[in-house]
Amino acid sequence: MNHQQVTIDANEAAAYVAHKTNEVAAIYPITPSSPMGELIDAWAVVGEKNIWGAVPIVREMQSEAGAAGAVHGALQTGSLTTTFTASQGLLLMLPNLFKIAGELTSTVFHIAARSVATHALSIFGDHSDVMAVRTAGWAMLFANSVQEAMDFALISQAGALRSRVPFLHVFDGFRTSHEIMKIEKLSEDEIKAMIDGELVRAHRARALSPDHPVMRGTAQNPDVFFQSRERANSYYLQTPGIVEDEMNKFAAITGRQYRLFDYFGAADAERVVVLMGSGCETAEETVESLAASGEKAGLVKVRLYRPFSSERLLAALPATVRTIVVLDRTKEPGSVGEPLYQDVVTAISESVMSGASPFHNAPRVIGGRYGLASKEFTPAMVKAVLDEAGKPSPKNHFSVGIVDDVTFTSIPYDAGFSTEPADQVRAVFWGLGADGTVSANKNSIKIIGEETANYAQGYFVYDSKKAGAVTVSHLRFGPRPIHSTYLIRRASFVAVHQFNFLERYDVLAAADEGATLLLNSPYPAEEVWDHLPAPIQERIITKKLELHVIDAYGVAKRASLGVRINTIMQTCFFALSGVLPRVEAIARIKESIKKTYGKRGEPVVRQNYAAVEAALAHLHEVKIPGCSSSRVGLLPAVPAEAPDFVRDVTAPLIAGRGDELPVSAFPPDGTYPLGTARWEKRNIAKEAPVWEPDLCIQCGKCVMVCPHSTIRAKVYSREDLEGAPRGFKHMAAKWRELGDQLYTLQVAVEDCTGCRLCVEVCPAKDKSQVARKAINMQDQLPIRERERENWNFFAGLPDAPHLHILRYNTVKNVQLLQPLFEFSGACAGCGETPYIRLLTQLFGDRAIIANATGCSSIYGGNLPTTPYALNSEGRGPAWSNSLFEDNAEFGLGMRIALDQQNAYAIQLVSELTDLIGEALTISLLTVDQSTEEGVIAQRQCVAALKARLAQNDEPRVRDLLSVCEALVKKSVWLVGGDGWAYDIGYGGLDHVIASGQNVNVLVLDTEVYSNTGGQASKATPLAAVAKFAAGGKSTGKKDLGIGAIRYRNVYVAQVAMGADDTQTVKAFREAEAHMGPSLIIAYSHCIAHGIDMSKGMNQQKLAVDSGCWPLYRYDPNAAGDGRNPFQLDSKEPSLPLTDYIYTEGRYRILRQSDPIAAKALLEEAQEALLDKWRYYSQLAGMAPGVPAV
Amino acid sequence: MDLSTEYMGLKLKNPIVPSSSPLSHTLDGIRRLEDAGAGAVVMYSLFEEQITLDSFYIDYYLTHGTESYAESLNYFPDVHSYDVGADEYVNLIRRAKEAVNVPVIGSLNGVSSGGWTDYACLIEEAGADALELNVYYIPTDPDIPSSEVEAMYIDTLRSVARLVSIPIAMKLSPYFSSTACIARRLAQAGASALVLFNRFYQPDLDLEKLEVSPHLVLSDSDELRLPLRWVAILHGRVPVDFAITSGVHTYQDALKALMAGAKVAMMASELLKNGAGRIGDILYEIRHWMDEHEYNSLSQMIGSMSQRHVAEPAAFERANYMKLLASYSSLR
Repeated sequence: MNHQQVTIDANEAAAYVAHKTNEVAAIYPITPSSPMGELIDAWAVVGEKNIWGAVPIVREMQSEAGAAGAVHGALQTGSLTTTFTASQGLLLMLPNLFKIAGELTSTVFHIAARSVATHALSIFGDHSDVMAVRTAGWAMLFANSVQEAMDFALISQAGALRSRVPFLHVFDGFRTSHEIMKIEKLSEDEIKAMIDGELVRAHRARALSPDHPVMRGTAQNPDVFFQSRERANSYYLQTPGIVEDEMNKFAAITGRQYRLFDYFGAADAERVVVLMGSGCETAEETVESLAASGEKAGLVKVRLYRPFSSERLLAALPATVRTIVVLDRTKEPGSVGEPLYQDVVTAISESVMSGASPFHNAPRVIGGRYGLASKEFTPAMVKAVLDEAGKPSPKNHFSVGIVDDVTFTSIPYDAGFSTEPADQVRAVFWGLGADGTVSANKNSIKIIGEETANYAQGYFVYDSKKAGAVTVSHLRFGPRPIHSTYLIRRASFVAVHQFNFLERYDVLAAADEGATLLLNSPYPAEEVWDHLPAPIQERIITKKLELHVIDAYGVAKRASLGVRINTIMQTCFFALSGVLPRVEAIARIKESIKKTYGKRGEPVVRQNYAAVEAALAHLHEVKIPGCSSSRVGLLPAVPAEAPDFVRDVTAPLIAGRGDELPVSAFPPDGTYPLGTARWEKRNIAKEAPVWEPDLCIQCGKCVMVCPHSTIRAKVYSREDLEGAPRGFKHMAAKWRELGDQLYTLQVAVEDCTGCRLCVEVCPAKDKSQVARKAINMQDQLPIRERERENWNFFAGLPDAPHLHILRYNTVKNVQLLQPLFEFSGACAGCGETPYIRLLTQLFGDRAIIANATGCSSIYGGNLPTTPYALNSEGRGPAWSNSLFEDNAEFGLGMRIALDQQNAYAIQLVSELTDLIGEALTISLLTVDQSTEEGVIAQRQCVAALKARLAQNDEPRVRDLLSVCEALVKKSVWLVGGDGWAYDIGYGGLDHVIASGQNVNVLVLDTEVYSNTGGQASKATPLAAVAKFAAGGKSTGKKDLGIGAIRYRNVYVAQVAMGADDTQTVKAFREAEAHMGPSLIIAYSHCIAHGIDMSKGMNQQKLAVDSGCWPLYRYDPNAAGDGRNPFQLDSKEPSLPLTDYIYTEGRYRILRQSDPIAAKALLEEAQEALLDKWRYYSQLAGMAPGVPAV
Repeated sequence: MDLSTEYMGLKLKNPIVPSSSPLSHTLDGIRRLEDAGAGAVVMYSLFEEQITLDSFYIDYYLTHGTESYAESLNYFPDVHSYDVGADEYVNLIRRAKEAVNVPVIGSLNGVSSGGWTDYACLIEEAGADALELNVYYIPTDPDIPSSEVEAMYIDTLRSVARLVSIPIAMKLSPYFSSTACIARRLAQAGASALVLFNRFYQPDLDLEKLEVSPHLVLSDSDELRLPLRWVAILHGRVPVDFAITSGVHTYQDALKALMAGAKVAMMASELLKNGAGRIGDILYEIRHWMDEHEYNSLSQMIGSMSQRHVAEPAAFERANYMKLLASYSSLR
């Protein structure tokens, strides 16, 4: 049979089979499995049918626990049902996993295996999640490649139906889930042939139905539970055989034969490596290479991990084996060994003990860990573990791929060992997310994979930062199947799409000798050489690289493509790589453009065609001189004056050399210092704002909106100006309270992302040329040196003290407060971070932040750098991320602990008055900390207490000293997005605000799951398009605020900084001052809204003016003062809804994809917002004392 | 009473034609115009620039921020199709032709040479009875002489006329240094009618925000006089049909337009303000006026007060100005 060849990733491969073989899917997004749910939903939306001719129903749930519950229910009611998940998501499903298995229910869950968060979160791949659920009674089938992900999705489904044991179909997160590979697509007939209709009907027959009712899920007593559990044994005993049969059946249908344990390598191997997942592919490539050179090495790929068939493992191993090396991609601290190792040891031991060993000699088994969180696993490492196995006393419980200089578990490997074949094109592309490099490469893989006989593979490495994100694409093409599940080590082609990467990254590290280097250069071919850093020149010469340049930005500009240079660079790649003849390549690129952009309209297609046509004319080869002549060097990752930790640990991470750091470099418990982001000067802005003092009115709005805290204002004395750099700008400060002082607004241009929010909000215009404002964008490069010097001087100026001279209740005054959150990795123009910065300005020195997983935990805590910072006294926000779902509870725990410590400290102070002294005791116990001065006074008291008791060793005194800081007011903040607050964490949030405890909740409401890529949440408004709401959300946004107001003791504010920054400041201060729970719901414009991010603050204003986002504050304390607690802070809707929503892609897309639905939803939304406005108006108009709701 | 008229070779039952406006955005709207008595309907304009912008916007929404961060490689669901071309417009013409009996005139505003011709052909294929080229161009470059601007209009018309066989009307702005000359050249280049004059969004200045704030102000009857003058001057001199499209709000305005020489009186502002039903009112009042004044048919009055047919032709040239000066002088 001729199979259709497709070039897809494993998520798509698995989702394809899941869609064809299921009737229901209940899902919840989690990286890296999210695309599976999104794809199956997208197919369902367009009516794509399963093999029974029905369109599966897909439902997005509020959490993975919810998804598992819905799946369980659908299964119990007879529908073939599936879900897709990973990591914590799988763990949230655990109780249901036990239930589903206990009830012998046929289903397959598709898992893109990912690390479980421990000392840190990681989105990357290993087996810690699936290993954590291995006791639940599910069969576990591991796919190692994209092809296997498709094949095993089907074999799992067939096996689950026949065995009645549910299956986890597992493949490695990112390495397999996101790897694009040319594979053979299963036809619908092949799928049908594997799925036995009788078994499907049997599944349905077991369904709950009132027409033939049964009970399932009884409660059982000690007398019967045990026996009942054992009753299911026979199903598990049969499962390996069933899977084997299904694999054989599959082979008969498709020609691809799999076994439960697949052996590769020398028939007489003495050293055999055993592992699961994508690492098997690399191991196969390595073992083949070693075996070809006569080494007695072998490999066992474990396919069916549970139920574990010892018999078949033993059968798969050659009788000659002397040492078995078991590699686990997980870590089980405190165990005898990792899970697969223990299983293999048990299997071997039992065979030896029972006298049924098939081996010539009882083999030795050693185990090791590799590849945690997608750590590279290369042929060199495979060779190292096989070499280790050959030693007389090999290391057991080793690690490979790292240097463990603490407990010395690691084994060394020769990084130079390579098995990358000569008949392969290997290309590495360095680009930016914004320049379209990855998109172009994905297209190239499809072109080559689907239009030529070549095999093709693509894998993409992304940045930790969202603004100015660097991407590295790894593409392989060749005549033979590709098994290299590791990054390219020897590239025959390297493309650098951003010239400035040359001075920041080791872009030529992977370039093989004689490779082609394609460079996007602003300099022409005859001049470019002199602009290359010396180390780059040297590499080009020593590696004998062939250099070609193109001014892609110039070509893009002429084609009106802006910064999108993807098709231009793609054309050059094809022209230089010779994978296809040039004429054919250009024709294919154009076809691909038509396919990719066609539905976006002809103008976009024509624009890209023009770029393709122009590209080759501007591609030039550079003549390479014989020696390096450049005086330009590489930029250091951090300056020399950075602290030790930053220099020794952070700097290599920034430079992309984190893999080289040994174990000892890292803290053992995930604890990191604050304020390291300031040392990384990313210089990603092409333009940065420049201050014009002659126009500035010192309003502070630019400081307020800056998402990366790169605009700062200070007021200082004239004496402080001494030593200022020439041209350091200042003006007389416009604060009567501060007297004759100077004011400077300074921009950290090297940290700026160039988002323009500041310029957009600046209200001061030149009377003679209104386009000139008090802050304007200018090219960053020419001002970089000057402004670096200015910034350094500015940073040394004193920060505004938290004193009573100024009340920090206005935007103008708040600008003077030091932000303790700076230079994060958030998107350029982010709508969330200004709120966080404000929080840290007002309360950062006493804040403890519990941060729900999501955008805010990523830009807040994703290494290499930490944006939360310290003030000059060494205080700053203490920050932690627990999980996505538990953040409210996590924060409440912090509050409770602080309260307990405070109470204990008060008790001890009272008991130790004699030692402390009466006056200090009274002060400590009575200082009113409701004001800034009160907090400062209490800190002084605590300092005095510490000084007074420092020399006393009495246990109670030592105890007091350990808790006395709890005597100073602490501000507990629970921060997260709408996915947390409205969906997965809602139950906890509700409980926490109902507790009456003094916590402050900040909901950064982007109205969509931003971090995982735009899935609908219950905060998504009616009519907005999001993933799982492709036809426009058909239900309204949940009113979180009103729900909280109903408790009557919760301070609630709905704010939008872009509409009313003063109200925002008031709300933050009032929330913090409220001695009970507070909830601030902050409108946060987002890249997922499909907007021009520079206009983000204006979008917020439009949202308010249209009535979509009314501003209000509900202050329970007002009732006591005879005021109405509910105050409406925005005016009646004055803007037609269309004038707001159709400025945003999330709404416009629907108007352009389904105008009829858009019109109907628009009308409904308009009516709903007026209803809401009327309701709020009524609340605001009520007499004091009347219950608000 | 015969209210029929012939415009661009199309037989119209009466001379009141809704000009290009949002009233023809939907099939229901077009039906309402016919039901109200319209002699023909000019569709809202298909703007090539809008299509291009829509296309770029969609592309921007779908690509901005994508493929940058591993957890969010894109932000929107893959929707199967977007209406970013002329499909909606063309389909509306097709459906309108099936739904109404009056002639349907397409209206096109292009930007590129390819855009003018491609979309003109699509509009013809959809069944439009005629095509109005809504040409506007604000020549801001001091290096572009008027001859070049005029040539652009002529070239656009010629390129479209070469490819379509339905009659073409040119909707013009009043800003030509020699209106009569360009009118004749357009007639020679293949225009069947000239529609006088286009109204533009005029920028306003917001004194508080110090921003330019473009907005459209609906016309009033005073604006009739500019096209009235030019139709009166050109009628009989340039061999094309004329339509007046600014300032027609009352039956008197319509009668004046016809007497100046227009074959049809086009309306938009009045209908946007007071509804399509105004067409019926105006037709009734025209009939009544004609009856009172003993006219039998429109053909009697069309052009009856053009410059060539009035007793004082100079009144259309400097006479008003002279009279005004005279009266001003007499006050001193």
